[in-house]
Amino acid sequence: MDRVKRTLTPYLLVLPGGLWLLLFFAVPMVTMLSLSLQEGDIVNGFVFTGHWQNYVDAISAYQTQLIRSLVYGAITSVVLIVLAFPVAYWIAFYGGRRKATYLFLILLPFFVSFVLRTISWRMLLTDDGVLLHPLKEAGLLPGDFQILGTATAVIAGLVYSFLPFMVLPIYVALERIDPRVVEAARDLYASPLTSFRKIIFPLALPGVFAGVLMTFVPATSDYVNSELLGSSETTMIGQVIQSQFLSNSDYPSASALSFTLMTVLLIGVFAYARALGTEDVMKVAAR
Amino acid sequence: MTTASPQPAAHPAIEFVGVRKDYLSHGEAVPAVRNLDLAIGQGEFFSLLGPSGCGKTTTMRMVAGFEEPTAGRVMLDGRDVTGVAPNKRDVNMVFQSYALFPHLTVRQNVAFGLERKKVAKAEIAKRVGEMLEIVSLTGMEKRQPKEMSGGQQQRVALARALVNHPRALLLDEPLGALDLKLRQQMQIELKRIQREVGITFVYVTHDQGEALAMSDRIAVMNSGVIEQLGTPRDVYERPATRFVAGFIGTSNLIDGQVSRADQGHAVIDKGPGERVVVPVPATVPVGRDLEVSVRPEKIDLHRTRPADVTGSLLSGTVTEVVYHGTSTNYTVATSDGTDLVVFDQNAHDAEDVASRGERVFLTWAPQHSYPIGV
Repeated sequence: MDRVKRTLTPYLLVLPGGLWLLLFFAVPMVTMLSLSLQEGDIVNGFVFTGHWQNYVDAISAYQTQLIRSLVYGAITSVVLIVLAFPVAYWIAFYGGRRKATYLFLILLPFFVSFVLRTISWRMLLTDDGVLLHPLKEAGLLPGDFQILGTATAVIAGLVYSFLPFMVLPIYVALERIDPRVVEAARDLYASPLTSFRKIIFPLALPGVFAGVLMTFVPATSDYVNSELLGSSETTMIGQVIQSQFLSNSDYPSASALSFTLMTVLLIGVFAYARALGTEDVMKVAAR
Repeated sequence: MTTASPQPAAHPAIEFVGVRKDYLSHGEAVPAVRNLDLAIGQGEFFSLLGPSGCGKTTTMRMVAGFEEPTAGRVMLDGRDVTGVAPNKRDVNMVFQSYALFPHLTVRQNVAFGLERKKVAKAEIAKRVGEMLEIVSLTGMEKRQPKEMSGGQQQRVALARALVNHPRALLLDEPLGALDLKLRQQMQIELKRIQREVGITFVYVTHDQGEALAMSDRIAVMNSGVIEQLGTPRDVYERPATRFVAGFIGTSNLIDGQVSRADQGHAVIDKGPGERVVVPVPATVPVGRDLEVSVRPEKIDLHRTRPADVTGSLLSGTVTEVVYHGTSTNYTVATSDGTDLVVFDQNAHDAEDVASRGERVFLTWAPQHSYPIGV
């Protein structure tokens, strides 16, 4: 009896999570896949016809938004690396006993609702808001200068939204570096810059990789920042999917777009893993 | 302690002049190293020996440039390097945990220093190959550190430092992570390599056996100061302080007052017919307190009272007998209350000389008593 129990235990442990995933991940995925191949409208109902044309139509109609989203996502990730690396570096190597406090401070704004924070950004960036108004008064910026509604505003919002997701993995990677290894580099005639370039940065790469994974994917499919900080010129694919679903009730088109986005992101991520290709990077990807 | 270089080289390889190092702890300066004046000779195998927190690692890190002295100067080959960055000092270090570059292969690890010095590619390949041969790692060039055993990683660390032909090699407890067998093997190997390359080795360890076995000279450190500086034989046979006597090997310490003194010997009477005879450099006044150290292997154990003893004689009761294979260790409680440890070599008989609870007599020659701090 005990032996049966012991054999069953791992399966019993995985059962609740497994059921949860089956119900709320696998079932909706299959439903969506099926929806993306259906025809009809909300009034008369949709019928499964294996209609691949949905994909062709959706992509040709919204390729601009799809490409724009990928570009915004990529820019966001790059800006995040540049911003987050020094912060993570400073906390990891100079944080002393207050490391946990500094990390908490990075996370602190994220205790406030996502939407609320983005609305605050809108108020900050508005044409005559606290940021632009004084600069215009001082004559540093032309009177018709605006940020709100531009790609800059959207990307700035995205960067702000995902900052901790870049800081934390880079911090973890840096924190794991044995300070003696860095000392060894200095001992072997490497200047501070060389030891960063040859030792610290390569050893932090798995963290950068994880950070990109954790920011590029959600930033690309984000729809709140562009909705609140952007304009029709900055519409992202997430917004399109949302409006197809909720406003136009064009479920097949929305599902087709969702699957297209997912496929593109998966291909992108795997290509990226392949390209960076170091063993450590793959290990992080496999985690 | 004042110190002197063993050989009259043009410049000592490493010299400390009036060095002090303070650490800040809760806003207070705590001295880690004090009054350090020390010269380490060219080609010397020099050990800094002491318990953890004695300042030995701090001393070594001041040579490497990872710590700067609060006061005083550090000289390398006659050049003042105080305040010079670690990458501009011609010394290399072997770290306790090896600190190999985990993302680089063995070859890349060993070549790292030469590449920084902009040595020509062909020359680097040649020297790396030679060095890997010296440390017996030929054929492992493409391995990553994590694919190697502790002993192999240790050799990579050694090769990575030595390939640069530094003025001095600094080794921070390099064998600490290895098991006993491998450690003993590496001790011999390190000595061989040092003879082969002829570079000054500064060896930090808390293992007195290691220091005794390998060093030309040893500095025994305790709470930031050098307690004794000398050859392994010096520090073992003639410990300068109570600390050194206790730290190095097993030492028996006997306290007493001088009862008689003549012709370079002091005698401490310990009851009827019992005494400790100590050679002393000059006459010591009768009645002076004296602390005497005697090594366990110098003491002879007798079951009957020996006649005609010219040296020390004490009686006592055996309280512990521990068989160690090559020797048997006896703990004897002497009549004046001191516990003495005696090592008896198992060279002749398979039988123990005495058993627990037995009354025994201990004797040793006058020259094996050593007065501390006289």
